[in-house]
Amino acid sequence: MNMHSLILRTAGHFLLPLLLLFSVFLLLRGHDEPGGGFIGGLVAAAAILLYLFSMDTESARKVLRVDPRDLLGAGMVLAVISAIPGVFRGQAFFTAQWWEFTAPIFGEMKLSTVLIFDIGVYLVVIGSVLTIMLNLAEAED
Amino acid sequence: MMMSVALPIIVPLLVGALSVMLWRSHFAQRALGVLGTGLMLAVSVWLLADTWEHGHVVMEMGSWPAPFGIVLVSDMLAAIMVVLTGIIGFATAIYSLSGIGKMSEKFGYYPLLHLLLAGVNGAFLTGDIFNLYVWFEVMLVASFALLILGGERAQMEGAIKYVTLNLLSSMIFLTAIGLTYGLTGTLNMADIADKLSTVEDTGLVTVIAMLYLVAFGVKAAAFPFFFWLPASYHTPKVAVSALFAALLTKVGVYALYRVFTLIFNQEVDYTHEILLWVAAATMLTGVLGAAAHYEFRRILSFHIISQIGYMIMGLALFTPLALVGGVFYIMHHIIVKANLFLISGITFVMKGTHELKLMGGIYRTHPMLGVLFLIPALSLAGLPPLSGFFAKFIIIRAGIEAEAYWVVAVALVVGLLTLYSMIKIWAEVFWKAQPEGVEGETLDVTSGPMIWMWVPVIMLALMTVAIGLYGEPIYQMALMSAEQLLDPSQYIEAVLGEARQ
Repeated sequence: MNMHSLILRTAGHFLLPLLLLFSVFLLLRGHDEPGGGFIGGLVAAAAILLYLFSMDTESARKVLRVDPRDLLGAGMVLAVISAIPGVFRGQAFFTAQWWEFTAPIFGEMKLSTVLIFDIGVYLVVIGSVLTIMLNLAEAED
Repeated sequence: MMMSVALPIIVPLLVGALSVMLWRSHFAQRALGVLGTGLMLAVSVWLLADTWEHGHVVMEMGSWPAPFGIVLVSDMLAAIMVVLTGIIGFATAIYSLSGIGKMSEKFGYYPLLHLLLAGVNGAFLTGDIFNLYVWFEVMLVASFALLILGGERAQMEGAIKYVTLNLLSSMIFLTAIGLTYGLTGTLNMADIADKLSTVEDTGLVTVIAMLYLVAFGVKAAAFPFFFWLPASYHTPKVAVSALFAALLTKVGVYALYRVFTLIFNQEVDYTHEILLWVAAATMLTGVLGAAAHYEFRRILSFHIISQIGYMIMGLALFTPLALVGGVFYIMHHIIVKANLFLISGITFVMKGTHELKLMGGIYRTHPMLGVLFLIPALSLAGLPPLSGFFAKFIIIRAGIEAEAYWVVAVALVVGLLTLYSMIKIWAEVFWKAQPEGVEGETLDVTSGPMIWMWVPVIMLALMTVAIGLYGEPIYQMALMSAEQLLDPSQYIEAVLGEARQ
C-alpha cells in the first residue's frame, strides 16, 4: 500500500488535522446550511484514508487510535438513542428536542437531539468506510 | 401517545447497535441476541394487545403530522406479522447459540440479524409507501450480508441471483412510487388511497397497480418471479435459511395484502383476477419443483413458493372469509416453515449432508426428532388437527363459496402433492435404513451446546399443535384483520382523522 512518495507523505501529515477539523466544521454547520453528519464523516474518513495511502495500514490504525468497528457501534447507538428523549416529554419518537442556554464566550447556544443524531451518523460513516477500506488494504498486503 | 407501535423497530435497532459495540465478546453478542429478540417479542405482544383494543395504533414520527411526515401504523394484520417476526427472531437467536459458529459471529452475524428484524418490522409497520421502499432496502442489505456469511462458492452464486432480482424489483417498485406520487402528490398510503378514489383515469391506476404487483411479486417469490428463491435459500447457514424462509417472502405477501386492499380496490374484477391466476400458477410450480428435488432444503424452498400461492389466493378471492384464510395461512406457514428448516439443520449436524439419498435411519436413533419433524410436515400438508388443516380448510371453503372451482381444484391437488413430498422426506431421512457404503456420521446432538437447537424446534412444534387445537383466538384475530382490510376507510380515518377536520 505504501507509495513511497515524499510529497504525498508530507502533504498527508499536514492535511490530516486540517481535514479532520474541516469535517467537524461540516458536521456542526449542517443543521441549517449544507453539511451534516454524512458528508462530515466522509471527509474525516477521507483524511484517514489519505494518511493510509501515504503511510501504511498499521500507522493508519495507530493514528485512528480506536478500532473503526467501535466507532460504527458507538455511532449507531447514539443515532438510535437520539430518538428516545422525545418520548419522555410525551411526544413521538424522533421528535427533536432543543435546549437553549447562554455560554460565557459563545453567547446563545442551541443544543438538540438532532445534533446527537448527526454525530451518530458522522461516526457510523467514518466507522463503516474505514472498516471496509482497512480490511481491503490489509487483504492486499 | 402510544409508543408500542415504534418499539418493535427501535428495540432491534438499539440491540443491534449495542451488539456492534460489543463485537469483541462472543458471549455478550449471544446474550444480547437472545435477550434482545426476547424483548422484541415482548414489545410485539404489547403492540398486538394495543391494536386488539384500539383497532389501529398510529404514531407520527418526529411529530410531523400526516400526510407530510412518516407515520407508523399498526392494524391487526401488521401487529400479527410483528408478533410472528418476534417469535421467529427469538427462535432463531436461541438456535444460533449452537448452530452458527464463531466465524459467522466474527463477521457480524448478530448485528445483521437485528438489522434484518428491524427492517422486517419497519416494513410491516410503516404507513408511508416510500418508507416501505427504504425498509425493503434495509432488509436487502442485511439479508445479502447474511446470505454470504461463510463465503462459499455456492453462497456467492445464490446471493448474486438473489440480489440481482431483488434490485430489479426495487427499481420497479421505485418507478411505481414515482408514478403514484405524480398522480396523487402524496406518499402517505392512507392519503394515496383517499386521493385515488377520486381519480377518474382508472386505466393509469391499474397500470400502476400492476407495477406494484410485479415489484412485490418478486419479493414474495410469486409465479413467474420465483426463481431467485430456490437458487439461494439452500446455501446459507441453517439458522439464516430458517429466518429468510419464515419472514422475507412474507414481507412481499404483506405488501401485496396492504396495497391491494387499501390502495388498489377500484378494479377488483381485473386486478384480483390476475392475482388469482398468479396464485394458482405459484402453487403448482412450487409443488412440482419440490417433487423433483432430493435435497432437504431445496424441497423446503420450493414449498415456500407453493405456500405463497395459497396466501395470494386468499387475497385474490377478496371475500371476508378468504382474507381470514389468507391471514391464518400466513400465521401457520411462518411457524411451520421456520421449524422445518431448523430441523433440517439438526439432521445436517447428524449426517453432515442435506442430500436425502445419503441420509437415513434417524427415526431408529432419534425417534423424538422424527415426531418433531412429522408435526410441522403434516401440518404443512394440511392434515387435521394441525394448524395447516384449518388454514387450508378456510381458504378452500372461501374458494368454493366464491365459486372459483378451478382454483380450489388446484389447491387440493397441490395439498396432495405437498403430502407426497413431505412423506418423501420422512421416508428418506427418517424411515429407511442408512444407505450402505455411505458413512453415516452420527454426531451427538443431544448434549453440550447442541442442546440449544432443540429448544426452538420444540417450541415451534408446540405452537403448531396449539394453533390447531385452540384455533379460536387465532381465528378471531384473523377475522378482525380481514374486517379491517376490507374496510380501508378505518385505516384512512385512523391515519388522517385529525388532518381532515
